Amino acid sequence: MALAELYEELGLTGEEYERIREILGREPNNVELGMFSVMWSEHCSYKSSKEQLRKLPTEGPRILMGPGENAGVVDIGDGLAVVFKLESHNHPSAVEPFQGAATGVGGIVRDIFTMGARPIAGLDPLRFGSLESPRTRYLFDGVVAGIASYGNCLGIPTVAGDVYFEEAYEENPLINVMCAGIMPKDRLILGRASEPGSVGILIGSSTGRDGIGGVSVLASQEFDETSAAKRPSVQVGDPFTEKLEIEACLEMLDRGLLLGLQDLGGAGLTCATCETAERGGCGMDVDISKVPQRERGMEPIEIMMSESQERMFALCSEADLPEVLGICEKWGLDATPLAKVTEGDTLRLFWEGEVVAEVPASALAQGPEYHRDAERPSYLDEVASFDPGRLPPPEDLGGAVLRMLGSANICSRRWVYEQYDHMVRVNTVVLPGSDAAVLRVKGSRRAIALTCDCNGRYCYLDPRLGAEIAVAESARNVACSGAVPIALTNCLNFGNPEKPAIFWQFCESVEGLAEGCRQLETPVVGGNVSFYNESFGEAIYPTPVIGMLGLLEDEDNRVVSAFKREGDHVVLLGDTRDELGGSEYLKVFHAEVAGKPPSLDWDSEKALQKCLVQAAARGLLTSAHDLSEGGLAVALAEACIIGGTGAHVDLVGVLPPHVTLFSESQSRALVSVAPSMLADLQDVAGDLGVPLHVLGTTGGTALEVKGLFEIGLDDMRDVYETSLEKMIAGAHH
Amino acid sequence: MKFGVVVFPGSNCDHDCHYVIREVLGQDVDYVWHGSTDVRGYDCLVLPGGFSYGDYLRTGAVARFSPVMKAVEEFAAAGGYVIGICNGFQILLEAGLLPGAMMRNTGLKFVCRFVDIRVETTSTPWTNSAKVGEVLSIPIAHNEGNYQVPPDALEEMKRRGQVVFRYSSPEGSVLPEFCPNGSNENIAGICSREGNVLGMMPHPERASEAELGSSDGLVIWNSLLAHCGASV
Repeated sequence: MALAELYEELGLTGEEYERIREILGREPNNVELGMFSVMWSEHCSYKSSKEQLRKLPTEGPRILMGPGENAGVVDIGDGLAVVFKLESHNHPSAVEPFQGAATGVGGIVRDIFTMGARPIAGLDPLRFGSLESPRTRYLFDGVVAGIASYGNCLGIPTVAGDVYFEEAYEENPLINVMCAGIMPKDRLILGRASEPGSVGILIGSSTGRDGIGGVSVLASQEFDETSAAKRPSVQVGDPFTEKLEIEACLEMLDRGLLLGLQDLGGAGLTCATCETAERGGCGMDVDISKVPQRERGMEPIEIMMSESQERMFALCSEADLPEVLGICEKWGLDATPLAKVTEGDTLRLFWEGEVVAEVPASALAQGPEYHRDAERPSYLDEVASFDPGRLPPPEDLGGAVLRMLGSANICSRRWVYEQYDHMVRVNTVVLPGSDAAVLRVKGSRRAIALTCDCNGRYCYLDPRLGAEIAVAESARNVACSGAVPIALTNCLNFGNPEKPAIFWQFCESVEGLAEGCRQLETPVVGGNVSFYNESFGEAIYPTPVIGMLGLLEDEDNRVVSAFKREGDHVVLLGDTRDELGGSEYLKVFHAEVAGKPPSLDWDSEKALQKCLVQAAARGLLTSAHDLSEGGLAVALAEACIIGGTGAHVDLVGVLPPHVTLFSESQSRALVSVAPSMLADLQDVAGDLGVPLHVLGTTGGTALEVKGLFEIGLDDMRDVYETSLEKMIAGAHH
Repeated sequence: MKFGVVVFPGSNCDHDCHYVIREVLGQDVDYVWHGSTDVRGYDCLVLPGGFSYGDYLRTGAVARFSPVMKAVEEFAAAGGYVIGICNGFQILLEAGLLPGAMMRNTGLKFVCRFVDIRVETTSTPWTNSAKVGEVLSIPIAHNEGNYQVPPDALEEMKRRGQVVFRYSSPEGSVLPEFCPNGSNENIAGICSREGNVLGMMPHPERASEAELGSSDGLVIWNSLLAHCGASV
C-alpha cells in the first residue's frame, strides 16, 4: 500500500500527514505513521474538544489531581483520597455488546488503580434504543452481562448507574463506565517517566493482534453498514488477569517500589510509552522485540498499535527491579523489562537491535488541535415552539400513574443491578435503588455518595440548559442522600464534531457544564469525550453524562429515598411549575420529545441542596427523594413501593392535576419527616428560603391522592417491579 | 480464636472476611496464601468467595489443586473448623470435602440480593446459637449456586443432619419460589458428617453489621466462637 493510501486508511488527514513530515523532517516509516495515527485520533488527542474543554473549572481546595492524568484525585480528609473517572465504550459495545462492555469496565478500573487507588465502586450509565426492538434487547442483555462478568470477577461492586431507552440511541447505544477508588493520599502515583535511567516494565497479558486501531477505526468514526465487519477490532477481556494486576500493583506501591505507573488502553503501547515520557519530560528507548506476543510473526507496527487488554506499564529504578519482578511472579503475572528512560524527548523503538521508529514523544502525545465551526441547528426552533398545554390531560389519573410506573425509563432497574455484585467489599451502606449509592470509608466516620445522571432529551431540546440540569440533578441526588457534592467527572457523548450543528451542541453543553460546576463549586477532575456517535448520518441526543462524588462527614447521616414507616409527614421541598416540555409524561402519553425543558434557577437549586444536607446532618429526615423523570407522581409512588408503605396526600395548587403530578420542574425533593421533626425542618427550609409544602402522611396500603385517585401498593409494585423484565422478554404490552 | 483466610488467585471476598473477623468479631486473623502448605496454629480456616482462577473452568475446579488444599484437607480431617463461602463452598465441593456439586443458576444469570435462609439444625458448631427454624437475612452473589446431590446421598445427609440452611420465605416456609438458583430442596448450606466443615452460598460476612442491611450472619460466627469457647 502506498503511504498516501495508508495514512487515509489509518484515519489521518493529508494535513496531518504533512505536519508529521514537518515534525520528523522526513517521511515517516510505517511504524511511525501507525503510531501517529492512533495518538492523533480524536479519541486519544481530543483534537476537536481541547479548545472547549479549557472552559471547565478544574481546580479547588480538595482537588489533588485534575484532568491530564489517568483519573482525577480528590482529598476527602483523614489522609484519604478518592480517585474517579467516567469514560465511554460505545462503539465496541455496539459491535460486540458483551466483550465491548466487559473491556470497558476493565479499562476504567485500570485507570483507577494506575493512580494507586483500590477500586471500590463501579457505576454504569447506559443508553439504548427502544426495547421494542429485538436488537436493543440483544444489546442490553449482552452489555449488562458483560459488565457483570467483568466487575463481579474483579470483586468491585457495581453500585449505581442509569439506563434510558430512546430511539435516538437505536443504532449507537451509549455504554459509559465509571469507577471510583480510594487510597491513602501518599500512595498517589502518576503516569510519568521522569527519571532517566529508570526501567520500564510491561506487565500482564501478552500482546496480540486484537484491537488494532480500536481508537482510530472504532472510536473516531461514524457507524455504517461496514461496522459489523469491525468486530475483530473489539478486544476480549480477561478479568482474572486484571484482578491479579490490581493486587500486584497495589503491593508494589505499598512497598514504595514504583516511580510511575500507566495502563495500556486505547493506542496500547504507543500511548503508554509516549505519554509517560511526555508527562515526565523525558525520552524513552523501548525494545519492542521483547514484548511477549500472543501469536507468531507480529510486525512492529502491530505490536505498537495492539489494544490487547490487561497490560500495565510500570517504571522503577534498576535497584528495585528484582523486587518488582518478584511481586509479579508471586501473582503469576508475566513481566518484561523492555524500556529505559532517557534524557531528552525522543521515543526510540528497537526491533532486534535495529531502530524502527524515532519520534519526539511530546509531538506524538500532544497531537493537533482544531477549531471547529459551530452553528445552531434549525430543529431547535421547531421543538421549542411546541406547547404541551394544548394536549388533553389523561382521563384516569390513577391509571396514568400506573402507566408511567411501567415505562421503560421509570420502572425498577432491579433486573440490571441484581446481575451486578453490588455488595462485595462490605462498604455499600445505601444499596442500588435509592438516589445515590453510599459507601462507607473503612477506618473513618466518613462516607462517599456516588451517582451518574444525564437527561438526553433536555440536552437535545436545549444543550446548555440540559447540561446544567445534568450537573444540578446529579448533585441533588447526592444531596438527597445527605452528602455534599464535591467534584465530578464527565463523559461527553456527541455526534460528529466536523458537523457545525453537532459541534454547536457540544460547545453549548460545555458552557452549561462549566456554569454548573462554578455554581456548585464542584470542579471537573477528568473524564472523556466520545464523538462520532452517529449511524447512517443520524446523531444521538447530545448526552453529557455526569458522574458526581459527594462526601458525608458521618455515615450515620445518610438518607435513603424510600419511606420508612407509617405516620411520617410527607413533604415537598421546592415549587412545581407548569413544565411538561421534554418530560417522560409527554413521551409516554403523546410520543413527543419537544417543548422547553424545565427551567433551572441556581439559587433555588443551591438552597434546596443545602437544606437537604443540613437537615440530614441534624437527623431530621426519614427519607429524601429527588424529583426527576415522571415528577411528583413517580417520586411518591417509588417512595411507597420501595418503602413498603402507602401515603395519603393532598395536592393543593392552581396547576391542572396532571401537571402537578408529572411536571419535571427542577430543584425539588420529596422528603418524609417524623412529626416531632417537622418544625425543625421548617426552620431549616425557612432560613434558606426553600419553599416547603406538607402534602400528607405516610401509612396504609395505598397511595391516595385526595380527590384524584387511590392505587394499591401491590398494584404499583407489580407494574414497577415486573415491567422491565417483561419488556426484555419481548412481551408486548 | 485464630482464623486463617485463604487467598487464592482471584479470591475477592478475602478482605471482607478478614475485616469482619478482626474488626467485628475481634479475633486474630491472618491471610493464608494458596501456595502455603502449613496451616498449623489456626482454629478455623475460611475459604472466601470470589472467582478463583477466574472460574474460567468449572467453579473451584482449579483452586482445589492449589497446594494449600492438601493442608486444608488434613486440617479438616483432624477436626479443624473450615467454612467455605460461595466460591469457597464450590472449592470444598470440588475437593470432595463436602458432598454434591454446583450447577449454573436456573435463571442463567448472576444473582446478587438479600435472601432469607432457614436454620435447619442447631446441632452444628456453626448454628448452636441459633434456633431451629430461625430465618436469617443474608445476601447471595453467585452465578453457580444451584446445588445438586444424588437422591440417596441427600437422604443420607438429611438423616445425619448435614443440611444446615435452606432458602425460604421471610416467615420460614421452604417452597421452590423462594429458591434463587434451583438448588435441590432449596439447600443453601451443608456441613460435613462431623459438622466441622461448613459450605454455604450466602455471604455471612456481608451480613455481620446492621449498617450493611443485616447482622443476621453474626449468629454463624458467634456460634463457632461459643462452640470453641472463645472470648468475644
